[in-house]
Amino acid sequence: MSDLYKDPIGHWVVVVLAMAVVLFVLLTATAYTVWFERVALGHIQRRPGPNRVGPWGLMQLAADGIKLAFKESFVPAKTDRVIYVIAPTIAVAAAFLAWAVIPIGLWYNVQYWIADVNVGVLLIFAVSSLNVYAIVLGGYASNNKYSLLGGLRSAAQLISYEMAMGLSLVPTFMIVGSLRLRDIVDYTVHWGPYTGPIPLILLTPIGFLIYMIAAVAETNRTPFDLPEAEQELIGGFLTEYSGLKFVMYYLAEYVNVITASALATLLFFGGWYLWVVPPVLAFFLKVVFFVFVYIWLRGTFPRLRYDMLMRLGWKVLLPLAIVNVIVTGVIIVLVQG
Amino acid sequence: MADEPKKPERENQSVLDDIGALAKGLKTTLGEYFSPQVTTEYPEEKSPRSERYRGRHYLRRYDNGLERCIGCELCAAACPVGCILVIAAENSDENRVSPGERYAKTYEINMLRCIFCGYCEEACPVQAIVLGPEYELSDTSREKFIYTKEKLLEPLPPDVQARLDSRPHPDPLPPAGEGKT
Repeated sequence: MSDLYKDPIGHWVVVVLAMAVVLFVLLTATAYTVWFERVALGHIQRRPGPNRVGPWGLMQLAADGIKLAFKESFVPAKTDRVIYVIAPTIAVAAAFLAWAVIPIGLWYNVQYWIADVNVGVLLIFAVSSLNVYAIVLGGYASNNKYSLLGGLRSAAQLISYEMAMGLSLVPTFMIVGSLRLRDIVDYTVHWGPYTGPIPLILLTPIGFLIYMIAAVAETNRTPFDLPEAEQELIGGFLTEYSGLKFVMYYLAEYVNVITASALATLLFFGGWYLWVVPPVLAFFLKVVFFVFVYIWLRGTFPRLRYDMLMRLGWKVLLPLAIVNVIVTGVIIVLVQG
Repeated sequence: MADEPKKPERENQSVLDDIGALAKGLKTTLGEYFSPQVTTEYPEEKSPRSERYRGRHYLRRYDNGLERCIGCELCAAACPVGCILVIAAENSDENRVSPGERYAKTYEINMLRCIFCGYCEEACPVQAIVLGPEYELSDTSREKFIYTKEKLLEPLPPDVQARLDSRPHPDPLPPAGEGKT
């Protein structure tokens, strides 16, 4: 397969195929992430969750999707129509774009990727920051105080946590010496008799912790779901959205969850390497585990107050991330002599 | 201020305690995840009704098949919403429906009006009308909610029947087929 990438025509065939497959797999995965979340939250609250539509409720999302798709495409009065319609599409586009650079090991020595960008992680950060435009514009265009408040909160929150998130990964880049996701996954160590890929969490545990917290905030999930905040802001930026436009925001949120889980897998847990487990399965299991962690957090913690959120972001995570970078740098210099 | 007494306690608390509290929360939810569920899967399984549950009405018969209702209309009088209609007729030797002088020729309950208060059951001198355990009374038209005598005379669920038979108070009227009182 790697030879195919070198052939000019084969390259394009593979890339177009890969794009189609990624789109299909992601949409399906999103549907089942929503199902998984509802079931897992149910179990946490000692109830079964959706279990009526199809076996184990697996067709629940099909039912929900059909219901939402046939809803009236309603635009409230005095909205900024163009922005109101464009905003959700930005969210979806940004969410899917990140998957252009995420590589997946299909089998031993068979990897696939759409774009093998040498600054892959940077691209993912750039694209995931686009999400803030979707939320701010959606909140602004809705002509609704709650939406506007939600949008503003989201802007402040994303800017605060983007910093910590970016810095939390710097030690990883310093150790590996590359921003290409494939290189990070393939990072090989020689520790005594062991030579091979290693989950980088062993080298940057603090970075992983900061990444996990910041990633939850970046995807606007509980306990950092202040832009949505049902209890205070009705639905935040989502208040005035319904039907397919709502679906787009919803889809984007869950694709972002999967992206953040996939990134955690690739950056800290050795991607598709897992003992004797086949690579695709290993990658899948790790992503599912992180998605579960997300849901677990949501089922456990209450939402942070706004000032707490800012304090955690600026006074705890950011300094910790900077110290982490400095300490890692010092250790690297010491080890390499 | 209410906050002041709390302060010393807070000062002794370290970041580790806070993280421990978070971990404790996560442990709790994970424990709940694997505990048995408390949901009753409703249409398939139903929670038991209490003995005194007031669901749909039944008209009872004596063991020999005669109807208990003597057409006295006390139930209709007791009904706070007036959903019971009783039209009585005289018993005769050729046509004996109940052991008393009269019987209910027509007995209708408008289930849309009924508030399931159970006053009819309390008012009945012969314990002819009882409220059973059924509560799934939905139907497709208003007419179907007027329960006629035939429908009300359907046999009670066996467990309810057994419970009523074992009531300590004896029936005021003997279930004799021939006796005029």
